[in-house]
Amino acid sequence: MEIPKAGKVFLTEAGALSRFTGWFFHEAFRPRYEWREFIRQCFMIGFKSLPLVALTGFIMGLVLTMQLRPTLVDYGVEARIPAMVALSIVREIGPVITALIFAGKIGSGIGAELGSMRVTEQIDAMEVSGTNPYKYLVVTRVAAATVMLPLLVIMSDAISLYGGYLGVNISAITSFDLYITQVFDTLHFSDLLPAFIKTFFFGFAVGLVGCYKGYNSSKGTEGVGRSANSAVVLSSLAVFIIDLLAVQITDILGIN
Amino acid sequence: MVQTAENNNPVITITNLCKAFGKNRVLDNFSITLDQKENVVVLGRSGSGKSVLIKCIIGLLAPDSGSINVLGEEILTMDHDTLDKMRVRIGFLFQSNALYDSMTVRQNLEFPMRRHWIEISQKEAEDRVKEVLENVGLAHTIDMMPSELSGGMQKRIALARTLILKPDIILYDEPTAGLDPVTGKEISNLIKQVRETYNTSSIIISHDMKCVKATADRIGVLINGQCYAQGSYADLAASNDKNVNQFFE
Repeated sequence: MEIPKAGKVFLTEAGALSRFTGWFFHEAFRPRYEWREFIRQCFMIGFKSLPLVALTGFIMGLVLTMQLRPTLVDYGVEARIPAMVALSIVREIGPVITALIFAGKIGSGIGAELGSMRVTEQIDAMEVSGTNPYKYLVVTRVAAATVMLPLLVIMSDAISLYGGYLGVNISAITSFDLYITQVFDTLHFSDLLPAFIKTFFFGFAVGLVGCYKGYNSSKGTEGVGRSANSAVVLSSLAVFIIDLLAVQITDILGIN
Repeated sequence: MVQTAENNNPVITITNLCKAFGKNRVLDNFSITLDQKENVVVLGRSGSGKSVLIKCIIGLLAPDSGSINVLGEEILTMDHDTLDKMRVRIGFLFQSNALYDSMTVRQNLEFPMRRHWIEISQKEAEDRVKEVLENVGLAHTIDMMPSELSGGMQKRIALARTLILKPDIILYDEPTAGLDPVTGKEISNLIKQVRETYNTSSIIISHDMKCVKATADRIGVLINGQCYAQGSYADLAASNDKNVNQFFE
């Protein structure tokens, strides 16, 4: 049976991405380690994403609370708003929305940057300069994305919860102490841990896909645009797939 | 018409080099030598495999077969670490300059020194950066970003970055491509000046005949993947062979 052309393209791409991933693990644990570039990338990827992530997190918490209120008032469980907001944000919305924002900003940025470096021969120049470009460009960016996204998600969750507090206070007055007490009474370790662990995978996927698309960019400036675009699309898709798998795994392990 | 150059002391000897991309054989038993302190221009039409040739020499592309001997060592059988050490002795000027846009001119120039683990103090590194910038006439650009420089200035900075490791051999990929005639002439003169100042041997890939005439001690004409003809500019310009003559008309 002949494999359709689209199937061949998919399998080829999947094979290439798998090889690229294998190459990452091969290079990541061998010296020489590019610590300086890794720290620089943590700053670029993490610190420079703070304002965007903080703003979206705040809006997310505020809007979620305002949207939840009418329904919960109808059911007479208005007092459960902090608990619902906390669970929604910490377990699902916070990690996923932050990862999608991260994919849009960082995935496309990495794809365009490496793509541009590829088509202007900067990656070749690096190799000629005695640098392993994969280690210097790819390993550092993927590692930085993997480390920084969980930190951004923690910050985003905290700001979202504060946004939720303001949302609660638009229609009623609740003290911050009471709000926070209700939030922490609701949250358990089993809510925090899986949500936190999956963010490492989100970060890894966004970094890896961005690097893969950029590193293998071709066909001039058109190729750079396409790399940036497909990096966002593919890494966003990867975030949802990982999220789906994470839910299944936590379900199987009974840590819901 | 194939002439053999007098190879007293070749620093590069390429023998029967073959490289194909799919069914397209761009290099087909290509052979040429480069002598010490010689400038050899490889002349050929666009897409004829000139850039592929020098990328094989520096190890950016792996040929299918043949031999590339550089400074007495075979490139194709080298492991990665040995190749890196060899690359200190081979400079490469990219057609697109390939300056790192996120770095200043100073950082661009320091990058190869830091990466090749050259054991020099910060002061010596600083002095070397200033020296090469002065040699290309752009000392004032040291803290500028590549995007702030004109095409000709970027080419000079790229050449300065190539010179920072004081290589024995320089490979120039279309050094005057995309430059106006005046800047192109300046770059050609700079290539000659570099040879005198740094005692380098060079392979220059070009189809800009003004650059070819200004820089070549010997020309190798690349046609159908082979070194179809070799000789001085005057010899080849006087050739009756229409394949050779077409470049000189």
